[in-house]
Amino acid sequence: MTDAWTLGLRIGRGAALKALGLVVLAVFALILPVIAPDPATTNIAVFTVMYVGLATAWNIMGGYTGYISLGHAAFFGIGAYAFGLLVIHLNITPGYAPFLLVPVAGVLTAVFAVGIGWIALRTRAATFVIVTIAFMFIVQLLAENLVKLTGGGAGLSVPYPHDWGGDFFNTPFYYAMLALAVIALAASWWIRRSKFGLGLLAIRDDEDKALAVGVPTRAFKLTAFVISAALVGMIGAVYGYYVTYLYPQFVVDPLIGISMVLMTFLGGLGTLSGPVIGAVLLERAQLEFAYRFGASRLYLVLFSAVFLVVILILPRGIVPSVADLVRRWRRPAASDATTPAEQRVAS
Amino acid sequence: MSLLEVDDLSKRFGGVVAVDSCSLSVPAGSITGLIGPNGSGKTTVFNLVTGFIPRDGGDVRFKARSIAGLGPDRIYGLGIGRTFQLARIFPRLTALENMLVPVRRAGLRALLSHGQWGHEKARAMEMLEFMDISRVAGTLGGALSYGQRKLLELAAVMMARPELVLLDEPAGGVNPVLLERIAEHIRQLNGQGVTFLLVEHNMSFVMNLCHEVVVLHQGRVIAKGKPREVREDPAVLDAYLGA
Repeated sequence: MTDAWTLGLRIGRGAALKALGLVVLAVFALILPVIAPDPATTNIAVFTVMYVGLATAWNIMGGYTGYISLGHAAFFGIGAYAFGLLVIHLNITPGYAPFLLVPVAGVLTAVFAVGIGWIALRTRAATFVIVTIAFMFIVQLLAENLVKLTGGGAGLSVPYPHDWGGDFFNTPFYYAMLALAVIALAASWWIRRSKFGLGLLAIRDDEDKALAVGVPTRAFKLTAFVISAALVGMIGAVYGYYVTYLYPQFVVDPLIGISMVLMTFLGGLGTLSGPVIGAVLLERAQLEFAYRFGASRLYLVLFSAVFLVVILILPRGIVPSVADLVRRWRRPAASDATTPAEQRVAS
Repeated sequence: MSLLEVDDLSKRFGGVVAVDSCSLSVPAGSITGLIGPNGSGKTTVFNLVTGFIPRDGGDVRFKARSIAGLGPDRIYGLGIGRTFQLARIFPRLTALENMLVPVRRAGLRALLSHGQWGHEKARAMEMLEFMDISRVAGTLGGALSYGQRKLLELAAVMMARPELVLLDEPAGGVNPVLLERIAEHIRQLNGQGVTFLLVEHNMSFVMNLCHEVVVLHQGRVIAKGKPREVREDPAVLDAYLGA
């Protein structure tokens, strides 16, 4: 009885601390442009929140089903181009109105993702990885060669709001990215606790077994792929608006695709908070590296070092490893045989 | 009345004929054993019936409806569950989550519904208790013993209330005490109306448990009938002893 009471108290206290932490984090994220309005800081914030959204969206497919897509940069680019072309051809006045087209860019990206996923998901494991990379390069080549549509190598200029000057310019983009990151997190959280999410995790563990117990694996995988791609597409759309000029090599950039993967691996594959932690840490580190060593691509050396550290020391990522440590600290004696679901990596 | 009818089923793997014009039927409410020497095609028949591999010829009917050509998930949805030769569970899901994965009709509802709905969770706990493994409900599948995995696999298959369950070597690799427990669970589930078709090498297990036995040899059915009749069939003795 006492033990149960203490455990209940501990779980209650843990939940309260978690809720408090989330509230503090949410308030901080909301007031950030107010407390630190200088463009240098808000620019970092835009990119950090962008990667939080991207890694979280990628995790819905890669983390939950175990299908590692290295080609999600294609959806980022498709979203950016879809948005840019809509704004240009619909003659939308720059300002807040173009943000309303972000969901449309998401839907268009989803349409592409259905086609790409339909083909790519006929394969598994390493073949799937290769197929997604191939698709990404196809999209990049198309962006370069469909000159009349995309402007090709000369780029596509997206009209931007001239009257948003100085300290304010980054703020609307920050909130748009933040909203998308929150949507991605909410989707990830919802999926993780749904029957659908359980099916995705079952696919990750043993796809044939999942089929044997009625999980429509193809439909589930495609749905996860499309949701993940649509979210990435919407983030790409806001990015396109933010950078105002779309070049194939920058919006369909393999490094963006690899970054979201690495961030998720670092934080914890298949967890809710892992991609957030991974994105904040790596984006911060990358900017610090760029600041100290110039705007070269030297940060790639850092990325490879992080990849090695993850593989060698934290193969499951930060969140599951820390959760393990906490569990061992709380229950020092032989607790491994009965690992309660609540204490697992899920959060 | 036959719940499952396999008619003239054939499967080749390159030059090897794994299943050769195999016909058998599983009466509703029965426990039917499918036996035969190693390599006689028993597991291939299971894989063909459950849609894991495409057939070369023949037909499979469940409740008089052809299910040949359907995928494993659709076949499970129609009410045919199966287990695997080496117990397969989801290692990174808890035992309880393993129980909640099975779905008979997945649609938009799966996307919108909670993974641990009250009534489903209650039934899962009930099944775990029935199998006497409820105390490991919160344990990750990968941390369970082989015996617990066997029981969990059987319990999970029962979650979507299948009418027919195909068990691939339920007695394989388990100790005699657990063997008796598994047999008892099968008997009880059978008493509740579940039909079983099982592949097994343990002859005393088959003879004690099954109402009907079908013997396969080199992909062909060489005998069928009551366990006692089959045991004394010269063709069966030949196949097993190689005489």
